[in-house]
Amino acid sequence: MIEAVGLTKRYGAKTAVYNLSFQVRPGAVTGFLGPNGSGKSTTMRMILGLDNPTSGQVTIGGYPYRKLPNAARQVGALLDAKAVHGGRHARNHLLSLAQLSGIPARRVDEVLGVVGLQDVAKKRSKGFSLGMGQRLGIAAALLGDPQVLLFDEPVNGLDPEGILWVRNLMKALAAEGRTVFVSSHLMSEMALTADHLIVIGRGQLLSDMSVKDFISANSADFARVRTPDTEPQQREKLTAALTEAGGQVLPEQDGALRVTGLPLPRISDLAHDADVRLWELSPHQASLEEAYMRMTQGAVDYRSSIDQKAGLQQPLPPGAQPPMPVPGQGQPGWYAPPAPQAPQQGGQPFAPPQGQPTGPYGAPAPAAAPAPGQPQPQPNPYAQAAPQAPAQPAAPATPAPSAPAPAADLTKSEDAR
Amino acid sequence: MSTPQPPVAQQQPPAPNWQGAPGTSYTSPIPVVRTHLGHAIASEWTKIKSVRSTMWTLCVYVILVIGLGLLFALIAASTEMNLEGESPLGLGMFGLMLGSVCLITLGVLTTASEYGTGMIRTTMTACPSRGRVLIAKSLVYFVLAFTVTLVTTAFVGFVHVAILEGNNAATPTGEEWFKATVGVSLFLSLFGLLSLLVGSLIRHSAGAITIMLGLFLAPLVIAIFMFAESLRDVQEFLLNYSIPSQLGVFYSAELGSAGPSGWDPLWIMLGMVAVAFAAAYGLLEKRDV
Repeated sequence: MIEAVGLTKRYGAKTAVYNLSFQVRPGAVTGFLGPNGSGKSTTMRMILGLDNPTSGQVTIGGYPYRKLPNAARQVGALLDAKAVHGGRHARNHLLSLAQLSGIPARRVDEVLGVVGLQDVAKKRSKGFSLGMGQRLGIAAALLGDPQVLLFDEPVNGLDPEGILWVRNLMKALAAEGRTVFVSSHLMSEMALTADHLIVIGRGQLLSDMSVKDFISANSADFARVRTPDTEPQQREKLTAALTEAGGQVLPEQDGALRVTGLPLPRISDLAHDADVRLWELSPHQASLEEAYMRMTQGAVDYRSSIDQKAGLQQPLPPGAQPPMPVPGQGQPGWYAPPAPQAPQQGGQPFAPPQGQPTGPYGAPAPAAAPAPGQPQPQPNPYAQAAPQAPAQPAAPATPAPSAPAPAADLTKSEDAR
Repeated sequence: MSTPQPPVAQQQPPAPNWQGAPGTSYTSPIPVVRTHLGHAIASEWTKIKSVRSTMWTLCVYVILVIGLGLLFALIAASTEMNLEGESPLGLGMFGLMLGSVCLITLGVLTTASEYGTGMIRTTMTACPSRGRVLIAKSLVYFVLAFTVTLVTTAFVGFVHVAILEGNNAATPTGEEWFKATVGVSLFLSLFGLLSLLVGSLIRHSAGAITIMLGLFLAPLVIAIFMFAESLRDVQEFLLNYSIPSQLGVFYSAELGSAGPSGWDPLWIMLGMVAVAFAAAYGLLEKRDV
């Protein structure tokens, strides 16, 4: 059990962590999320007694880390896979750690086998790939067979087999009654691995709840409605009826409607009253990624933006379309529509960019082909991509909404094996 | 800055059911032992012997001390140089002066390389008693440096005495032997230990090595260029107390009567190491890793 009370850390004028209080309980995998620079690693370092908190305190099993008798046997941590001396063999690295905490040397070979590094045990860790380094770090964390485990980005650089292994490892460790605290940026991983989530932004606690609660608290669920494609007037009729009844209706690219603010039976009743047939009426829950983005979008410190290449672009030839921006790129607030509105499915635009000609259902029409009579009109390689751009976001959009959690669906097949 | 969604924070979820039954906790089948300095020493010994830089710096050190010692002895023997009753052990000093650069490097690397690689965080997580780690590092390094220096200086001493027998060299007395082997080894190992502690203070390999080289060479170099009459006292002090001059004291090669003599250099070095150790220990316990 890890318990933080009013944890605060300042580096000069910069406050990295402010008044953070949370508990990490045994028997569950607790995910630790937050944007870059939000203080996750600082918090982990304070838990491990590496950094001294400016105020507040954090204890493990009731003791501050540095007061724990034989800390390495109670807490195992993977902070940074690169935190090893590259000139040392993997085995010697672990052996030195084992000796430091009085762990028998045969345990070293045991954990090397567990993480699958026994064949490179006598190789210097300088030559290790990121994934191998990650495995070595996990081996170091498991060395003391501890009751509390902390992992900072454990799946970073791992191959699919490794990711699956780490996921099952975390669950197995928690099932044995251990406390498992994992930070990660991979929302799909977290959705599958974590039972509970602690989210911080700008060093402050944003949320502390179970994954399920987190998703429903931070996303508006919606219904997907499809009318017969052959009769567009039915679609407009239903849209009008739903809007009149107080629902919010947004067209999707493939002609379906996204409805929020109305329960599913009510939509069905309204359609029936309006004499509109339905081809699809399905409930949708947002993914963890979406919920996370909505929660943290106000607390993101380092936000990417569009590469303007100001003054470097050659003027477009007459008649050529400007390159279509990839949806979600450099558009703050992409995940944050006004409260009652439906959240947007990852990377799927509703409204086409300004000035684009639109198709019948609001989807951006394929950009006009280069004007005839100009065989090679586009010397700019970036402009070349324009005709394909609209096709790309549409492709994943079709299968994605049919799954309850699109992000989870990507990895589910791995589980099935 | 504004969060459109009010954070749902600060409120504990009511009776969370994801939590294990109260009291469930994991107990390892591996017996838990109470750790002590011995564990840390074993760990540091594994560390120091398992990196190549240790082997390289010590090899270069031994080659410099023995090689230069042999070279000077052979030159002296072949040119029939008359030592005029001097002890032949003094010829071993030049190799040690150059070789001590290797001891500086090894000392600094023992601590600072852990900061460079980030290994220090792994170490300090495994052993939150930071002072214990520093003591273990110091002991392991000191014993290693002392043993290597003692063996090499003793070997070079015997070779010198054997080669230069016919050059009118005096037979060294027991005290001369003791100072030229044990005394010099203690002095240089402590100097290397000072580098180790500076490495722990500076936490940067290149920076710490530069500082130690400066400490080693700067006083002599500065003193050479102090021509002004008013600075005569300062110049003399720098000359007498520079590390190479202090090393010479062990071979009865004092530059002037005002400087250290006998075992003084050892006590001076011991004092510096004590101060550096106190500073390194205090900062290590206080600073963030």
